[in-house]
Amino acid sequence: MRFDSLIDSVGGTPLVGLPALSPTPDVRLWAKLEDQNPTGSIKDRAALGMILRAEKEGLLQPGATILEPTSGNTGISLAMVASQRGYPLVCVMPENTSIERTQLLSMWGARIIPSPAAGGSNEAVRVAKRIAGENPDWVMLYQYGNPANADAHYEGTAPEILADLPEITHFVAGLGTTGTLMGAGRYFREHKPDVRIVAAEPRYGELVYGLRNLDEGFIPELYDASMIDSRFSVGPRDAVRRVRELIATEGIFAGISTGAILHAALAQAAKCVKAGESADIVFVVCDGGWKYLSTGAYEGTLDEAEDRLDGQLWA
Amino acid sequence: MAIEVRIPTILRTYTGGERAVEGSGATVTELIDKLEADHAGIKDRLLDNGEARRFVNIYVNDEDIRFTGGLDTAVADGDTVVILPAVAGGAR
Repeated sequence: MRFDSLIDSVGGTPLVGLPALSPTPDVRLWAKLEDQNPTGSIKDRAALGMILRAEKEGLLQPGATILEPTSGNTGISLAMVASQRGYPLVCVMPENTSIERTQLLSMWGARIIPSPAAGGSNEAVRVAKRIAGENPDWVMLYQYGNPANADAHYEGTAPEILADLPEITHFVAGLGTTGTLMGAGRYFREHKPDVRIVAAEPRYGELVYGLRNLDEGFIPELYDASMIDSRFSVGPRDAVRRVRELIATEGIFAGISTGAILHAALAQAAKCVKAGESADIVFVVCDGGWKYLSTGAYEGTLDEAEDRLDGQLWA
Repeated sequence: MAIEVRIPTILRTYTGGERAVEGSGATVTELIDKLEADHAGIKDRLLDNGEARRFVNIYVNDEDIRFTGGLDTAVADGDTVVILPAVAGGAR
């Protein structure tokens, strides 16, 4: 495959079968390997989509500074695309994220403004919105509310999957900005409405949920509940267990959030087996495990890994 | 065996600081009524006009009840019910 430049190679990722993890010959699991994007995560699609859209709409002028609340992959993807297209990037990032993320962002030339650990990404969003107000000439692409984020999956991820696997019955992805599920969900609703859309939502330690009033929660502006059919909450123990299972049985080295998604995919698979239905369940491998080695998720007992992840934004 | 109900930090003022309490009932509605009987005031923090509040997520055995029948979702002994505030999540 030949491309004019690195950013032209975003998307078009492989879909691979998982013969060992599929529970029966009639209930099959498939992995969409988004870790094979240029910076190693699914966020390359959203970052490229948001920047191209902002350029097209005239929001992003040459040399403008881009601001984004991000604790990792979106920032890394934006940093790569921004560096290629000549935009300085400022990322607002919770201070309790892995060291590799800071290193990678710096490597691609982004400036990092830390936000307090307590409150997690909610707090990063709040801080970024304040900074945006103080710097009116900066452009906040705002992945949580930018339709170009979801459209990247409507135009890329989902049609690629349907072309590779027309018999797909379930699509399982992580729920963060909700972009993947909203975009892919809308595509399948329109093009193959019997595909069930399953969300896997990471469940963190208590520190992350903070002490804030229940009326001050956060739901991404992109989120539309009618695009999904079920939603699983997955804690770090199950996520780590599954991510280890994925490497042990299928040889796929994925990030911890992918373990959470696989857990939901296997829960769905078990339901299909129980109901006597055949199924082709596609789940998203969001990124590789490289950025999470320092979290200790891949070594020691599950108890140790769970303790180490407590209070961390592991997905 | 009862139903284990995990309470978020912000609502533990109603449970005497307990992280998890025992619940009972055949549906989430009944479970919340029983919670209210044991921990007065908590129901109003969870529900608004007979629905889960916008930023309150309730999970039965890790599944969000908004997609399994809402407050009519069935519960049984041995189930785990988790109540969590909606947050933006992590590595985005």
